[in-house]
Amino acid sequence: MNTATASRYAAEYQTIAPALPGQTLPWLQALRAEALEQFSAQGFPSPREEEWRYTNVSGIEKKLFSPSADLTAGDVNAGLKAYQMQDAWVLVLVNGHFSAELSVLDGLPEAVSVMGMADALAKQPDRVEKYLGKAADQSEHSFIAFNTAWFTDGLFVHVPAKLVLDRPIQLLHIVTGVDAMATTRNIIIADEMAEAKVIETFISRDGVYAASLPGAGAAISRDGVYAASLPGAGAAVGKDSAYLTAAVTEVFVGQNADLTLYKMQSESEKAYHFGGSYIKQARDARFTHHNFAFGSLLARSDIHVDLDHASECELNGLYLGVKRQHIDNHTRINHLKPYAISRELYKGVLDDRAQGVFQGRVIVAVDAQKTDSQMNNRNLLLSDDAEVDTKPQLEIYADDVKCGHGVTVGQLDEKSIFYLQSRCVDEETARNMLTFAFANEMVDKVEIKGLHDMVLEQVLARFPQQGVNKEWL
Amino acid sequence: MLSIKNLHVSVGDKPILKGINLEIKAGEIHAIMGPNGSGKSTLSHVLSGKGGYTVTEGSATYQGKDLLDMAPEIRAREGVFLAFQYPVEIPGVSNIYLLKAALNSIRKHHGQPEVDAMDFLTLVKEKVRLLEMDEKFLYRAVNEGFSGGEKKRNEILQMAILEPKLCIMDETDSGLDIDALKIVSEGVNSLRSPERSFVMVTHYQRLLDYIKPDFVHVLAHGQIVKSGGADLALELEEKGYSWVEEAAA
Repeated sequence: MNTATASRYAAEYQTIAPALPGQTLPWLQALRAEALEQFSAQGFPSPREEEWRYTNVSGIEKKLFSPSADLTAGDVNAGLKAYQMQDAWVLVLVNGHFSAELSVLDGLPEAVSVMGMADALAKQPDRVEKYLGKAADQSEHSFIAFNTAWFTDGLFVHVPAKLVLDRPIQLLHIVTGVDAMATTRNIIIADEMAEAKVIETFISRDGVYAASLPGAGAAISRDGVYAASLPGAGAAVGKDSAYLTAAVTEVFVGQNADLTLYKMQSESEKAYHFGGSYIKQARDARFTHHNFAFGSLLARSDIHVDLDHASECELNGLYLGVKRQHIDNHTRINHLKPYAISRELYKGVLDDRAQGVFQGRVIVAVDAQKTDSQMNNRNLLLSDDAEVDTKPQLEIYADDVKCGHGVTVGQLDEKSIFYLQSRCVDEETARNMLTFAFANEMVDKVEIKGLHDMVLEQVLARFPQQGVNKEWL
Repeated sequence: MLSIKNLHVSVGDKPILKGINLEIKAGEIHAIMGPNGSGKSTLSHVLSGKGGYTVTEGSATYQGKDLLDMAPEIRAREGVFLAFQYPVEIPGVSNIYLLKAALNSIRKHHGQPEVDAMDFLTLVKEKVRLLEMDEKFLYRAVNEGFSGGEKKRNEILQMAILEPKLCIMDETDSGLDIDALKIVSEGVNSLRSPERSFVMVTHYQRLLDYIKPDFVHVLAHGQIVKSGGADLALELEEKGYSWVEEAAA
């Protein structure tokens, strides 16, 4: 903990506060005040906290990131194109502010509510109050508190009962400001028997490997009110631009509803990312999460799920680290009631000096008899300097359950290499194919073609492409 | 086709093969039989280039070239095909992808252009029908979640498409029920030609009911202790391996 830094941020807060949304709402003011107090006392999480043991965020404390003011749409458009889904409703957040102008909502059924969080707080505060802070517990760690106090905007998506969306909704977060913070609070609700797919995409104007991705390359220069006073402001966010993303998404899956949430994060080489997804599932609800963590300098994702009676969740994850990236995925599955099923598979590939962290916790409450849970984490280390810290945890308080977990950390399987060689493939190509295949197993789980291809590009941009013929895939 | 002379192979310090001599001509089918631990699998592994074995003496010449000097993928491109006893599952690589990669490697090795995508698909689908496989298998990951029979059929499919000259079949019948055994055997028989030779490594005579060998060799304690025609397999089935082991001792 660095209270000196905490107070720097806290002092800065007084200048920022008047511009934050929902200032006239007493409940939100109280929530923000409580959060600010907690953050001021604790600062950013420290590796001394068990849940943050392998991830040191002190780099954030050395900087003072500031929120950018609302930005009007402009040439950011060019950078967005590479990541914008076709055949989807797209909601764009630039530096933490919803941009109606950049968003594409044509043909969205009227019954579906989709709006910026600031708008939602202005127009339908009672509705937001029912959900905000109900899935994410800000007392859990100070990043959530930080987000609650600081959030500038976000997205509010509500799919009403029995409605089945035939196209995905994409929440596209893009950061263009240097030394900016993009602090968003997002709420996604699928009511009883609704079905929806939502894609969260976190990008900077240039991703880590954006140079090799299609559509990137146009120069963009944006500056915000706060950022303008800082050195380097106004410069385009490039490969090496530092900024902070701190996003919290609260998800509510109603009885018998089926929600699939995708997260694809690929940000600047010097950026910090905290993204927390907190999910509450009602009885018989289904929730699937696909987490593609291509990282930034440091990235931490929380995916915490609460399971009610006979609900099902599936958590899939892929983290690919290169250079000096640090990528931490922290999952928690709370089996609160009987008969729920959870399946989890996280795979990591780490090269160079990259560090990966997987913490997977499954908690089975006393009441949660007949729980069926399976968690797996597999890691591939491609370099002697790469590291992975993996910590699966099962806490079982019920006595009639079926729970399993497995972890592997290793190199490529020699038997597989020989098998490919015996099928005419040379050893180096075989290694590349197997590395790709290891990651591709997770990519193949994505059923949305546009997203599948986007994720595939990201994977191929990171690992030796010799041996993987994209045209054949 | 293949000439093995006085082949000695060790794993670590332990000698496994102790002077194998074998001549295989084009178009012939040779069965290598023997009890567990006789060195059958070592022989097929060494011929296909698997690591972990040391050749201490002798030679294996394939079409006039030193086979043991080639990397496994070069042997494969030259036309040596190992059908695995336990085909490896490769999640994330589709069957059709591997088939294409393998076929194009062979074509490149022989200075030919890559196969045309449409021609390739036509060829593959024809072979799939021949082996009574579901086309869906092509788009599934290599061997992943396949039953024992499906895995072996997949090996034969690869063989049918890559058209090797020397097929080494390692315990092909293990794990097969009678229906799968018939389909696999029919697949192998359909590939028989005057230019193609087979080495069938097997513990049991059962497979040889379906694929009739020209020669049968009995391997025991790292040496070929008896050779004969197809009848020898029947005799072994009746009398067991101890009969030849004792005769050789």
